[in-house]
Amino acid sequence: MTEIEISKIIVGLLVLLGAFLSAVSAFGIIRLPDVYTRNHAASKSATLGVISVMLAAFIYFYAEHGHFNSRVILGILFVFFTAPVSGHLISRAAYNSGVKLWDKSVRDDLKNKKK
Amino acid sequence: MFNFVITFALVLISLSMLALIYRVIKGPSIPDRVIALDALGVNLIAVIALISIVLDTYAFLEVILLLGILAFIGTVSMAKFLEKGEIIEDDRNRNQ
Repeated sequence: MTEIEISKIIVGLLVLLGAFLSAVSAFGIIRLPDVYTRNHAASKSATLGVISVMLAAFIYFYAEHGHFNSRVILGILFVFFTAPVSGHLISRAAYNSGVKLWDKSVRDDLKNKKK
Repeated sequence: MFNFVITFALVLISLSMLALIYRVIKGPSIPDRVIALDALGVNLIAVIALISIVLDTYAFLEVILLLGILAFIGTVSMAKFLEKGEIIEDDRNRNQ
């Protein structure tokens, strides 16, 4: 078994993991009841899935062509840093613009704070 | 086998993008739609990485970084618009 076959197996596993996590996040976005839980599903699992797909592309081009693409590394770092930040910002904007929580949620620490 | 795995992942990501488009159309509030659009941009990055593997070229890999930056800027500006009503604040209007 040569190195290229081993790297193709690793790339295939990473791509399958990324597609699975992306499908999980879409399932969560369809099924979950309110904005905050949907944001939880979207920001975490979609980010990890996309990071693993980008890592698979980087490993593929490095093993197959010997081409070290630093932009993919920068893309991985950028998505890793900014996707949670944008999730936080949009969730805070949703709370401050008055979107209700789910009916069965039991705890809202900011309810009695005045704006 | 490898090509089948890549194609299967592309189909799965496309189906999840369809689910996100359903949430963009139906979503009851504006932040729902913004969250779904942000996740659509992030999934588009994965689609471009997989397509550049399929086409066996590394000419498209700059698009990955570009789409990441654009999705972040769009989501931040949309959140700021929802929260404050304007995106770029004017300091002279604040204290009136």
